[in-house]
Amino acid sequence: MLGKLSWDAIPFDQPIPMLTSVVVAVVILGVLFWVWRRGYTPYLWSEWITSVDHKRIGVMYCVLALVMLIRGFADAIMMRAQQALAFHSEGYLPPEHYNQIFSAHGTIMIFFVAMPFVIGLMNFVVPLQLGVRDVAFPTLNSVSFWLTATGVLLVNISLVVGEFSRTGWLAYPPLSELKYSPGVGVDYYLWSLEIAGVGTLTGGINLATTILKMRAPGMSYLRMPVFCWTSLAANLMIVAVFPVLTATLGMLLLDRYLGFHFFTNEAGGNVMMYVNLIWIWGHPEVYILILPAFGVFSEVVSTFSHKPLFGYRSMVAATMAICILSLLVWLHHFFTMGAGGDVNAVFGIASMIISVPTGVKLFNWLFTMYGGRVRFEVPMLWSIGFMITFTIGGMTGVLFAIPPADFLIHNSLFLIAHFHNVIIGGVLFGVFAGYTYWFPKAFGFTLDERLGKAAFWCWFFGFYLAFMPLYAVGLLGMTRRMQHYDVAAWRPWLLLAMVGAVLIMCGIGFQVAQLVVSIRTRDQRIDVMGDPWDGRSLEWATPSPPPAFNFAVLPNVEGEEAYWGIKQRAIETQQMVAEPDYHAIEMPRNSPTGFVTAFFATVTGFSLIWHIWWLVVLGLVGAFATFVVFAWRDVHEYEISAAEVAKVDRARRQARLAVLPTLKAPT
Amino acid sequence: MANYPEAHDDTHDLVPGEEQVDGYDIAQGIFGYVLGLVFASGLTVASFYVAGSQLIWGAGIPVALIVLAIAQMGVHLVFFLHISTSPDSANNILALAFGVLLVALVFIGSVWIMAHLNANLMPMSQVMQMQR
Repeated sequence: MLGKLSWDAIPFDQPIPMLTSVVVAVVILGVLFWVWRRGYTPYLWSEWITSVDHKRIGVMYCVLALVMLIRGFADAIMMRAQQALAFHSEGYLPPEHYNQIFSAHGTIMIFFVAMPFVIGLMNFVVPLQLGVRDVAFPTLNSVSFWLTATGVLLVNISLVVGEFSRTGWLAYPPLSELKYSPGVGVDYYLWSLEIAGVGTLTGGINLATTILKMRAPGMSYLRMPVFCWTSLAANLMIVAVFPVLTATLGMLLLDRYLGFHFFTNEAGGNVMMYVNLIWIWGHPEVYILILPAFGVFSEVVSTFSHKPLFGYRSMVAATMAICILSLLVWLHHFFTMGAGGDVNAVFGIASMIISVPTGVKLFNWLFTMYGGRVRFEVPMLWSIGFMITFTIGGMTGVLFAIPPADFLIHNSLFLIAHFHNVIIGGVLFGVFAGYTYWFPKAFGFTLDERLGKAAFWCWFFGFYLAFMPLYAVGLLGMTRRMQHYDVAAWRPWLLLAMVGAVLIMCGIGFQVAQLVVSIRTRDQRIDVMGDPWDGRSLEWATPSPPPAFNFAVLPNVEGEEAYWGIKQRAIETQQMVAEPDYHAIEMPRNSPTGFVTAFFATVTGFSLIWHIWWLVVLGLVGAFATFVVFAWRDVHEYEISAAEVAKVDRARRQARLAVLPTLKAPT
Repeated sequence: MANYPEAHDDTHDLVPGEEQVDGYDIAQGIFGYVLGLVFASGLTVASFYVAGSQLIWGAGIPVALIVLAIAQMGVHLVFFLHISTSPDSANNILALAFGVLLVALVFIGSVWIMAHLNANLMPMSQVMQMQR
């Protein structure tokens, strides 16, 4: 009846997961109770959960990512604590638990922190920057988000019910095959990534279509802000490579569930084919994460230097070059696994070549700052921190691109230090810059600057303190994923890294405090005009927060930096463009389709993991029925009347007209 | 890329598979599909015939089948997926080129890499044999 599920699945004998789950359960129930008590349930349901508005969905992606950042960081600091303690001893985490933690940390940080954060920013910003009212497929967008949430939920359920994978974040076979991992851990990993992966793929299709087909009048490709370009590249890569991930994990599932032999040692299976396929997805994946972050930095550096971006066209070319080149380097993740000299040479050189367009981008940002009036506000601090940190990470990356050097340092903590150097210093700093930069646009008030700066400095120095020692200890020969060790020379470095992790924890604490303080003092920090940073792209032409329809009339784009041009003209003539004729606007109706589909996907995933076959059938039937109901809907749009549109837009114009005399044209 | 949105009629953007429908064009559209169907089935029949008959010298059959298969893809792209050289089609052609590039990279790269790995990482028993 319940497949493999029984009371034994709950780890009553392990205090850490049990205590954590109790705390998490109390927090979740507390939040739900608070929502219910304050009467927010209908608001939450109709304005957020069933929303198909790209802005709301983008915000929900970012919230999901922030919550999971805390979960992923909890895993991280547990690992640091274990390695700080486990010198000549067992530490406090038994090996099977420690292995789950590093697997969960990697899986969560990449798939459920970095990905949703980046996708959330793209979702929120791209339609606004393109000057359009929504993405191409609004309801599909909601489905994508909720399927990602399903993946998150399944990973977190594994904390209480059963176990998580112990096979590292990419679950290499044969270890991940049924023979060596008979438990449900790998199944949790596989099904959550399969379901979330479908969400990511549909999201990628959605945004790529939006950028290619839905731009404001006059917004030609070479007038798009760089963030749109990097989003286009990232989403094209999502469309290109996520099917590879889905298929590869699908083959492993067939091995585990139906006795196939794709990746087994016996019966003609080939383990290396899994490694090959997973990295065909895996390498583009890191560029899917970093390219939108590059886009954020381009926007931020230009805005806070008070200058147009230096070398816009070279930036576009570099973005697209990275998009193609990143598909050509996957073998550098397994140089040491048996490919010969010529294969290694080709992929090594290709890997080094990627640093050329990346270097172009860095110089463009530096030249944008050169001669500009740089304002050192929080988003700019993250950007400068990124430039320094990412350069170091990039250089160790080029070192790794040399196969003979890779033979010496692969699988060591030097590698761990390298990819944290580029992912924290690149992606995470990027999304934090974007979060601070676009927060006022999303919510109508700015974030506290003092706490933001404190968070930045803690993260910045915390990063260096936590990961520079790992470079050193990696060169001393310490391999990754060690549960305990007995080399005295490693100890001081690992203690230092622990201090760094604590400093990063302070950074996260400051970020939480920043959010709380900013919400409590929001009345003093309202963004009246909708353009708090003196921005240059179209999202700043809308009020903060933007209305559901974004733009009362689609803007007419007449050059690069569309909004900057409009603003300068208004300042020169001291008047805004004439009031347009307002027409009624049709917007897509909210739909619970995404939420309901994800509910059934969760049921299906959970019952597949535990082999509850009847429930699998029920979940699939439910998901299909949801689709049929959605397909047969009669009304799918609602109308916002011309009077309502006029009211919203006149308020926007009034706010802007009021500040117009105070704005000065740049000298 | 001549794909400025203002060049489009906003209410009727072209998507793959969508015909420009204005009255008498429908007949022409159907004619296009029928012609495509004829070509496609002709090529299919031809491949089965070539494979099973003595029409072509034996060793040439695989080559003939490859040629017919590529022609089949061309027919599908032109008649059913409406890939053309018109400026409207720029996105579709680029997407197609990107897809072909990607599949080629993945396929050629994997074959090359796996051949290397198979040669360098043969099972222990074979290594022992070679040492003998």
